[in-house]
Amino acid sequence: MFTQLRDIQSNRAWAATLAAGLVILVGVPLLNQVVPAGSFLHLPDYLVILLGKFFCYAMVALAMDLIWGYTGILSLGHGVFFALGGYAMGMHLMRAMAGQGVYKSNLPDFMVFLDWKELPWYWLGFDHFWFALLMVVLVPALLALLIGFFSFRSRITGVYFSILTQAMTYAMMLLFFRNETGFGGNNGLTDFKHLLGFSLQEPTVKLGLCVVSGAALIGCFLLCRFITGSLLGRVLTAIRDAEGRVLFCGYRSIHYKLFVWVLSAVICAVAGALYVTQVGIINPSEMQPANSIEMAIWVAVGGRGTLVGALLGALVINGAKSWFTVSYPDLWLYFLGALFIATTLFLPQGIVGLGGVFKKWTTKTKESEDGTRSYVRLP
Amino acid sequence: MKSNKIILVLLLAAALLGLGRAASAQPGFDEAVNGLAGQSRSAIIDSLKALADLGDERALAAIRALEERRLLAAPDGRAIIVGTDDTLHYADTGEPFAGERDGLDAPVINNRVRRAIDRAEAVLQLVAKDPAQRLEAARAMAKAPRPEAAELLRAVLGRETVPAVRDALTLALALVDMNSGDQEVRVAAVTKVAGSGNPAFLPLLKELVRVDEAGRPVNGDARSVAAAKAGITAIERHVLLVRSAQNFFYGLSLGSVLLLAALGLAITFGLMGVINMAHGELLMVGAYATYLTQNFFHSHLPGLETWYLAAAVPVAFAAAGATGIAMERSVIRFLYGRPLETLLATWGISLLLIQTVRLLFGAQNVEVANPAWLAGGTEPVAGLLLTYNRVAIIGFVVLTVAFVWYLLNRTSLGLKVRAVTQNRAMAASMGIRTGRVDMWTFGLGSGIAGLGGVALSQIGNVGPELGQGYIVDSFMVVVLGGVGKIAGTIFGAMGLGVVNKLLEPHTGAVLGKIVMLALIILVIQRRPQGLFAPRGRVA
Repeated sequence: MFTQLRDIQSNRAWAATLAAGLVILVGVPLLNQVVPAGSFLHLPDYLVILLGKFFCYAMVALAMDLIWGYTGILSLGHGVFFALGGYAMGMHLMRAMAGQGVYKSNLPDFMVFLDWKELPWYWLGFDHFWFALLMVVLVPALLALLIGFFSFRSRITGVYFSILTQAMTYAMMLLFFRNETGFGGNNGLTDFKHLLGFSLQEPTVKLGLCVVSGAALIGCFLLCRFITGSLLGRVLTAIRDAEGRVLFCGYRSIHYKLFVWVLSAVICAVAGALYVTQVGIINPSEMQPANSIEMAIWVAVGGRGTLVGALLGALVINGAKSWFTVSYPDLWLYFLGALFIATTLFLPQGIVGLGGVFKKWTTKTKESEDGTRSYVRLP
Repeated sequence: MKSNKIILVLLLAAALLGLGRAASAQPGFDEAVNGLAGQSRSAIIDSLKALADLGDERALAAIRALEERRLLAAPDGRAIIVGTDDTLHYADTGEPFAGERDGLDAPVINNRVRRAIDRAEAVLQLVAKDPAQRLEAARAMAKAPRPEAAELLRAVLGRETVPAVRDALTLALALVDMNSGDQEVRVAAVTKVAGSGNPAFLPLLKELVRVDEAGRPVNGDARSVAAAKAGITAIERHVLLVRSAQNFFYGLSLGSVLLLAALGLAITFGLMGVINMAHGELLMVGAYATYLTQNFFHSHLPGLETWYLAAAVPVAFAAAGATGIAMERSVIRFLYGRPLETLLATWGISLLLIQTVRLLFGAQNVEVANPAWLAGGTEPVAGLLLTYNRVAIIGFVVLTVAFVWYLLNRTSLGLKVRAVTQNRAMAASMGIRTGRVDMWTFGLGSGIAGLGGVALSQIGNVGPELGQGYIVDSFMVVVLGGVGKIAGTIFGAMGLGVVNKLLEPHTGAVLGKIVMLALIILVIQRRPQGLFAPRGRVA
């Protein structure tokens, strides 16, 4: 069992993973809490929150990489799964503060505002944390299963699947924007007070959530490593490269695709749930089609088909976004747009592929030995 | 002798109707007009009643002046009208007033006076020279029937020659007659009202058929109740018919909008297989080109301003086409055969275009005015309103489709496009420069999107995010209609438009849209091959 776990990646990779884990689980709390506020090494509270958000985004990138980078299915609907996870968690947080809202009612404030008398049936049960956690996983999984089953069964692949998921995203966004849907309309769910008795305003609680997110990220990374390294992972890659041949070899590709698609949605939803506890709001704008496409570009920039690339891409782009939108808000969209174009045209393997490109330039050999260029293998 | 007779008849008629044209001989007219400038409100109201009874059209000017507070009281108690050019005239004789305007007060009017004004105006308009005015007055009478108006209506009806006004007057009279004491008159009146097909009279008829606990009609007798019942069914059927026609028309116009938004995509995505996520932004470029054309006309050709839209059509086509060609040459041509990468790269282009427009024109919506000739509408059947801008959009989409059909089927470029689409390698070996054809095809599709932008600028807001709202719809239309078939796109758009509008009354706009998207997804489940007909070179 232990050796099996150890074998999912090389010793060097294990060392890097453990180092990253050490930094997140020990380094971040130390730098934030122990190092004095004036020090150069001190990690301010706002950076802790930012870091926690980035960890969630990185989880999304992993999920995206699993389905797009490894299986070749470009989903433009991961924003929905992210938001659904977020809503499930948000609903629990709303129930946890029942009676402490502006109207001091047992119902969430927006329901009082809409003059609703009792909770809709789909809000029942969210008083319990365990139930909310279950829903964080189950609801997106069910939606993904439905969409995936119907799409994969009728062999909808490639861009058609992308367009379909985008339409689904758009429809869900419209649905959640409605007040009547019962999720707070365009204001969404916000103004959360506490989680499991801990006040969400406390910096130490936020630090704790950041650490939990980091741990979840590492867990996800290892899980993805395990899957992509396994036989299952090989089948997934084979589906990406030549689904027809996989079918002819006797594999039921729909099962593999469904599995990885649902798993990817669940990872995304867990990230969304963690995200909501940290930013304190969830609203339908998270479901904008643009958000889902941005998730794809994290993976593309970092490098499709490599888990480290997806992680890097999410961190780099979101870091850049935080910096740009504060310093040069007008230029951010230019940067993002240029990134979309430049990555697809010049960097099909992303940042991770940079080393290879550099090597090729310096050695200038063997480029066309097998007559193909590297990006052809990618979806 | 004969002429004498005629004169006699005329005089009699004039006397009967109280419509003597010999105004100076009109007793009481001067007094009544000057009474409008009276001190007390009840005096004003009495004067208004007197003027209405006199039925002299000349009083209208004074009454309107009173309504708009342009009527002043002269020191001698006579009424003075302030003309639109600020000149002062006596209301009764029309002679200019020589004195100073300062110090003259306008009578204060309240709602009671205003009601009297409306009534007097309605009466006077009924005898106005202009048929349109009479028609309007007759319709106003039908909206608020009063028993005391019956005599007046009967008198005016006898004299009326214009059929439309006659109809309106007859209806107004019938409404009054419904409460008549004479059963025959009542039944005839009810039948008349019921035959109008006007839903505004439904409550009236329903009141007539209301029964008490014993099942006896509260108002009216058995025969008029029966007539009213038949009338209610007739009106309800008529209303249903009109509403369906109206919904169908709205559906067609929505379908036209969808088609205009999607037609360009039917070429770039349908024929070429390029997933162009910046398609919505090409619509936006077309809309902004319209905006710029409008501004150019405003500042340089003010005389022709209402016709800027005609000039905007080629301008928008060229602007969006040029943008598309630039996109194709700089990015898309390197990504043929890699649809997912094309999707991402064109999304990037769309971000660049949005931000550029935002920096150039601001993040707010810009104002694109509807030209005067698109305002208003026509009402072929009562209740069925066809607004000109919707009619124009339907006409425009027909022209655009004809243009696309002509280009693809009757020109050399179209032949090459079809050849390259069907078999690129074979076309190339026949000497067609496929790369060049790609460029022009993409430019054409983008230009058509620009045309869509012109139409969208007329019905919605023009802002940097204009295109974002249409991208999902456009792809759905093309996918639903069948990729690679322009005719499919037309059916897809029109079908979506009509079904959406038929759903909307039951579900509301947003839910209707969601149901549509769900339906499309379901349809795609059922007919994946048929709807995803692999004709493009990517498939």
